[in-house]
Amino acid sequence: MNRYPLWKYATLLVALVVALIYTLPNFFPEAPAVQVSSGKATLKIDASLVPRIERILADAALKPDFVRFEGMSVKARFADLDSQRKAKDAISKALNPDPDNPAYIVALNLLSRSPSWLTALHALPMFLGLDLRGGVYFLMQVDMKSALVKKAEALTGDIRALLRDKNIRHTGITRDGNNVAVRFRDNETLVAARNVLQNQLPDLLWQDGPDGSDFRLVGSLKPEASRLVQSTAITQNITTLHNRVNELGVAEPVIQQQGQDRVVVQLPGVQDTAKAKDIIGRTATLELRMVDDSAEGRAAASGTGPVPFGTERYVERGGAPLIVKRQVVLTGDSLTDAQPGFDSQTQEPVVHLTLDAKGARIIRDVSRENVGKRMAILLFEKGKGEVITAPVIRSELGSRIQISGRMTTAEANDTSLLLRAGSLAAPMDIIEERTIGPSLGAENISKGFNSVIFGFAAIAVFMCLYYQLFGIISTLALAFNLLLLVAVLSMLQATLTLPGIAAIALTLGMAIDANVLINERVREELRAGAAPQVAINTGYERAWATILDSNVTTLIAGVALLTFGSGPVRGFAIVHTLGILTSMFSAVVFSRGLVNLWYGRQKRLKGVSIGQVWRPQTSVPAKS
Amino acid sequence: MEFFRIRRDIPFMRHALVFNIVSLLTFLAAVFFLATRGLHFSIEFTGGTVIEVAYAQTADIVKARTAVEGLNVGEVQVQNFGSSRDVLIRVPVASGVKQSEVVTRVFGALCKAEGGTISAGQEAAQSGESARQVCSAGGVEPVRLQRTEVVGPQVGRELAEDGAKALAFVVAGIMIYLAFRFEWKFSIAAIVANLHDVIIILGFFAFFQWEFSLSVLAAVLAVLGYSVNESVVIFDRIRESFRRYRKMTTREVIDHAITSTISRTIITHGSTQMMVLSMLIFGGPTLHYFAVALTIGILFGIYSSVFVAAAIAMWLGVKREDLVKAGPKETDPDDPNAGAVV
Repeated sequence: MNRYPLWKYATLLVALVVALIYTLPNFFPEAPAVQVSSGKATLKIDASLVPRIERILADAALKPDFVRFEGMSVKARFADLDSQRKAKDAISKALNPDPDNPAYIVALNLLSRSPSWLTALHALPMFLGLDLRGGVYFLMQVDMKSALVKKAEALTGDIRALLRDKNIRHTGITRDGNNVAVRFRDNETLVAARNVLQNQLPDLLWQDGPDGSDFRLVGSLKPEASRLVQSTAITQNITTLHNRVNELGVAEPVIQQQGQDRVVVQLPGVQDTAKAKDIIGRTATLELRMVDDSAEGRAAASGTGPVPFGTERYVERGGAPLIVKRQVVLTGDSLTDAQPGFDSQTQEPVVHLTLDAKGARIIRDVSRENVGKRMAILLFEKGKGEVITAPVIRSELGSRIQISGRMTTAEANDTSLLLRAGSLAAPMDIIEERTIGPSLGAENISKGFNSVIFGFAAIAVFMCLYYQLFGIISTLALAFNLLLLVAVLSMLQATLTLPGIAAIALTLGMAIDANVLINERVREELRAGAAPQVAINTGYERAWATILDSNVTTLIAGVALLTFGSGPVRGFAIVHTLGILTSMFSAVVFSRGLVNLWYGRQKRLKGVSIGQVWRPQTSVPAKS
Repeated sequence: MEFFRIRRDIPFMRHALVFNIVSLLTFLAAVFFLATRGLHFSIEFTGGTVIEVAYAQTADIVKARTAVEGLNVGEVQVQNFGSSRDVLIRVPVASGVKQSEVVTRVFGALCKAEGGTISAGQEAAQSGESARQVCSAGGVEPVRLQRTEVVGPQVGRELAEDGAKALAFVVAGIMIYLAFRFEWKFSIAAIVANLHDVIIILGFFAFFQWEFSLSVLAAVLAVLGYSVNESVVIFDRIRESFRRYRKMTTREVIDHAITSTISRTIITHGSTQMMVLSMLIFGGPTLHYFAVALTIGILFGIYSSVFVAAAIAMWLGVKREDLVKAGPKETDPDDPNAGAVV
């Protein structure tokens, strides 16, 4: 009765092997590495950089373990710190000829030394949280109100232009919070205006004004439109933050949305909050200017002549220099949106720009006079400008502009992202901020690790003494639980924090409960006079219902923490909940497997090594 | 080795009244301290700034306190943290003081008190270039910034709300589960017993004015789920005993159930406590109150499950008929093997 079919043993073995493989990467020490990522919003890194870096390293007579393109950056791992430093110097010298204006960010990093076959299996070590490795954490609140106000402001201008176009007279347009109010002289114009506005501006919901004496229309943003404004605002802010954080040269920054209107920024390894805040809070601006395509301009661009008066020389994305007039046609404030799309006739990828009413008026006048000429869109960051794109004006432009030509879909996406990412859609405030020094992080790791090890050892010693062979089996099951838990966390690529380590310790301390329940039950059956094999079987069976019940209540608490907790509590809750689930498997199925393997085949089992089983009258130990 | 050699069922329920009165008194004391002293919430809940600095030599708390108080940033707390060289400074949210500047100002004052000057030095750490504020005085670093935490007041309010929601969720979830799995009387008994644990843990924190942080809240909720376990195990036994021993009275059944699970209760809690003790000893100051909350929770968890939960169920009038509702599988109630069938 105490035998498992072969497939059950096989399942256990497979689980053990898989858990071992995925736990393994966590034990490899970290090796020094160099990470190359984009230093400019306009530069995109792809796999083609790998051979270039390999060549640079070969020239410098450095042998990396590997050079790999991963995520958004190229990483090269080295055997020692010395070659890491040399490699960093060599790479930054080769990639950034102008040190004042670096195109690439070359940062020192640490990579796991785990062998590549493990990496190929996606067996990667867990991330360490900021409290374990040191760094800066910001929680930022996006001011959604002002994003909505900005939108209403833009709409006010649009309404004014629209009514002028249709020759509808109004007596005033005002913005009142997020609403726009338009006043009229009589009811006829009001009705006419309402028809026009409802057709042309689908984002607004129009209602007649409250007071009867006055002819007034009040437009408010529709809920779905305002939701769209908010979600665009937050994604735009995140993109902008990414670009700015890149400049800090942080190896692995984390920028995530939290909830509806919050952004979390984690910068491991950074210690100076002041500098980080300064960079995060910086604004970038976008400008539209005309390109000087005159003979002198072209000569200056090719480097054969001087830069003409009233113009400046900028480098276009892709490398070609361009002579641009100093006079600014439009600033980024007038640009309300930029989206990638396709041309309705040619189906080639394009970027659609939307301008507000003021911008549209200016661009109409400028474009009318400059058909056939080129207009440059410049992005200024850190006081340095760069031409994102310089399209040719084909015809008179309005509030909707389409940029087309020689673009792939990916390029159209990038360009529109850049146009949008120039500035923050809505202001952000830092509402929570933490810094943890690197030495404190290392201390926290060793403290958490020691807690788990010593606690585990104490439990193991006690269990082995008290329950003998069953104690050893329980300890093995507990160790298996630890292995499974770490493997699952590594598979999920969870971030390990100090509360997470505490949760591992606590979960192990609680998980032993299941084995104690089983062992006590088996003893009890023996005490009642059951044969050893029967005692094992009924012991396990009866304990199971209780184990299930008791774990469900713990699980309820875990889920509550997971749902309502944030930050450190969440880390605790994830580990705790997963630990409860793995403990049910390891304590019941795995330990039973070991017991069956040991005792299952012995037909005439006389005694079980489960410590002394005391009987009220006879006091005879069960072990013969 | 066998710790528990119990010949007869221990008559726990004979003293049920005494235990309940003891519980009630402890409970009332806890409520009293919570009401009069209140919890010492960490800045995670109240908003504010925490700065942890490490001195090269043993820290002069008085000097540090005078230096920080001279800044006029509100009611500042300065105290040792962990070792004699680590100092923790808490600055509450105060009107007229910009939160973002508090860290720089406080650290500046501490540095000045040690006779050093602040420079944004470059420190080539192994994990990348990291610049940080460095206080230097004649080539040495008398004080260094270990950790800072700035929490806005609105975040704190939300955390407190979420904490309350989590507690309500756990209580409701466990009650529904127990009512569904056993009987409403048990579910009330278990929740009353375990909430009384929670209140007592909070009472301890209020009495000693220990810092109540997010991790303590996590510990409290984890312990709530855990000590309900205990009640569940005992209730399981009560149900089983009702089925097995038809002639026993309710009181005898409860006594028998508690007696037969007591060894498991002590061993399990002992094991968990070993782990928690290990955290208390090796976990350092960050895990200190977390482990303290767990310790109190585990100790009172044993007490309340053994002496309080079952007693409340008894007062509520649990009967054999409540639990043994002629289930479909139950053919012979006297069959000892039919016990754990649910």
